[in-house]
Amino acid sequence: MGQTMIEKIIAHNIGVESVKPGDIVTTEVDRVMLDDIMIPFIVDKFHEMGFTKVWDPDKIVLIYDHLVPASQQDDTRHYRVGDAFVKEYGLTHVHRSDGICHQLMTEAGYVKPGDVVFGTDSHTTTYGCVGAFSTGIGYTEMAAILGTGNLWVKVPETIRVEIQGTLPEGVMSKDIILRLIGDLGADGATYRALEFVGSTIDTMTVASRMTMANMAIEAGAKCAMFTPDEKTAEYCGIRLDEFQKSLKGDRDASYLRTITYQAEDFEPVMACPSQVDKIRKVSELEGIPIDQVFIGSCTNGRLEDLQAAAKVLEGKKVAPFVKLIVTPASRRVYEEALACGVLQILGKAGAIITHPGCGLCCGRTGGILCDGERIVATNNRNFLGRMGTSKVEIYLASPATAAACAVAGKITV
Amino acid sequence: MEQFTGRVWRLGDDIDTDIIIPTEYLALKTIEEMKQYGFEPLRPELAAQIHDGDVIVAGKNFGCGSSREQAPEVIKALGIRCVIAKSFARIFFRNAINNGLLLIEQPDLYDDVKEGDTITVTVNQAVDYQEKFYPITSLPENLVEIIHAGGLVKAMRRRNGLV
Repeated sequence: MGQTMIEKIIAHNIGVESVKPGDIVTTEVDRVMLDDIMIPFIVDKFHEMGFTKVWDPDKIVLIYDHLVPASQQDDTRHYRVGDAFVKEYGLTHVHRSDGICHQLMTEAGYVKPGDVVFGTDSHTTTYGCVGAFSTGIGYTEMAAILGTGNLWVKVPETIRVEIQGTLPEGVMSKDIILRLIGDLGADGATYRALEFVGSTIDTMTVASRMTMANMAIEAGAKCAMFTPDEKTAEYCGIRLDEFQKSLKGDRDASYLRTITYQAEDFEPVMACPSQVDKIRKVSELEGIPIDQVFIGSCTNGRLEDLQAAAKVLEGKKVAPFVKLIVTPASRRVYEEALACGVLQILGKAGAIITHPGCGLCCGRTGGILCDGERIVATNNRNFLGRMGTSKVEIYLASPATAAACAVAGKITV
Repeated sequence: MEQFTGRVWRLGDDIDTDIIIPTEYLALKTIEEMKQYGFEPLRPELAAQIHDGDVIVAGKNFGCGSSREQAPEVIKALGIRCVIAKSFARIFFRNAINNGLLLIEQPDLYDDVKEGDTITVTVNQAVDYQEKFYPITSLPENLVEIIHAGGLVKAMRRRNGLV
């Protein structure tokens, strides 16, 4: 009997031949990610639990991103609490203004194929892009891991998603994952792993896979799985070992179901207000006027995303009444986009380019909207009230689509 | 057998964690300060109307969205005795258990129940609404242990010899 990718990772982690869906097992955690929003709560729980040292300082990464730079008076308290914890327990992996946590975890090499990783943010599913098992947890469980190095998990069933062929021009991996979420529903993969395979996935960049893994949670998934390949190895700066090379779903593995797509059938889509699974073709929404466009986030704030936007915006101008906000996912992305001229193109077109970080995605800084306003955004959630009042309409789209909308001043392909 | 009766607040499908407690309030120092903003984007008046011992009945995918544990903590701090939904999102489910907030999956009650009515819950057995019984299942053993310990914090305190 073969195994799915997530079954192989969990079995390897706990040192057994195989596991099956439904098994409840205790994993040895390879790495954890703590973010600035949650750090005061994590520290409180850690002390309340009575721990006096962390299990392994080298395995802990603390990243300030949601609250950097501070937008409310009390935000800096989170830095102080975090810094005190770093000092007291000897943490060394700390990022105070380098970008979004999920971008940094893979970009800075904290996560490798086959690792078991937990983070205090739901989009921790992102690291499936390099073939790691990673998922979000709450601050109490994080505090327990900091003290013990362990966490129980239930082995999930796997839904296999097979995509073959070449995507049409102007269609990005964002359009694939949005359509999949629409087809599955916002709870269609709850408690389950999504395993992505096929020639479309094989030819995709790690950055594009990251967009899809990032949004797996929007279908409720526990994790997203992409088989590590040569591109993964290059991205992670490693050579794949035998275990990492074995990380693919076996043909005779037991899958809950398999969903197949032909890449040529995809077209630009949007998630309409205010559910991520309310998917429409952009062509059906043509002409809806907009007030703002946001290109950024851990979903779509990487160099290839900014390049896709720049390709659309080169030599053009953002519509006069539209604010186009561009937020690179990390300092490195910012520097690369600057070095290759992408930021200049975006700037000339009229974009407002901000510091790297979570920015507008979590609705705390730079571009909050008010009643009746409408935004096209490349991030992962369009929930009620996420970017301002509950009467703001948020449409989620790819960077290419978002850029086209910014120029037109309305929804357009 | 543990049994309680509560007044129902009926919410919809996909009640996400941004609705339960919006990001802008997450930097408040305590759950006590946060709780007045519970459910604000959806029903700004709700938090003030909830009384101790009330029950939330919702549709599918309750608690979807972010990993913020403030969500179940705010619900508990508002005095909600338990949440009964068609289904729960997985991070919310773990967070609720770890904080001792009782969650019950029940597929049919939501379609029948009216807001403001009263239900009686017999834990691990059934919900009684207008003399109709809606069966409920019990939790896996490892989760029962956490709840019996009084939540994950207490379970860890015991591990560390503090209880």
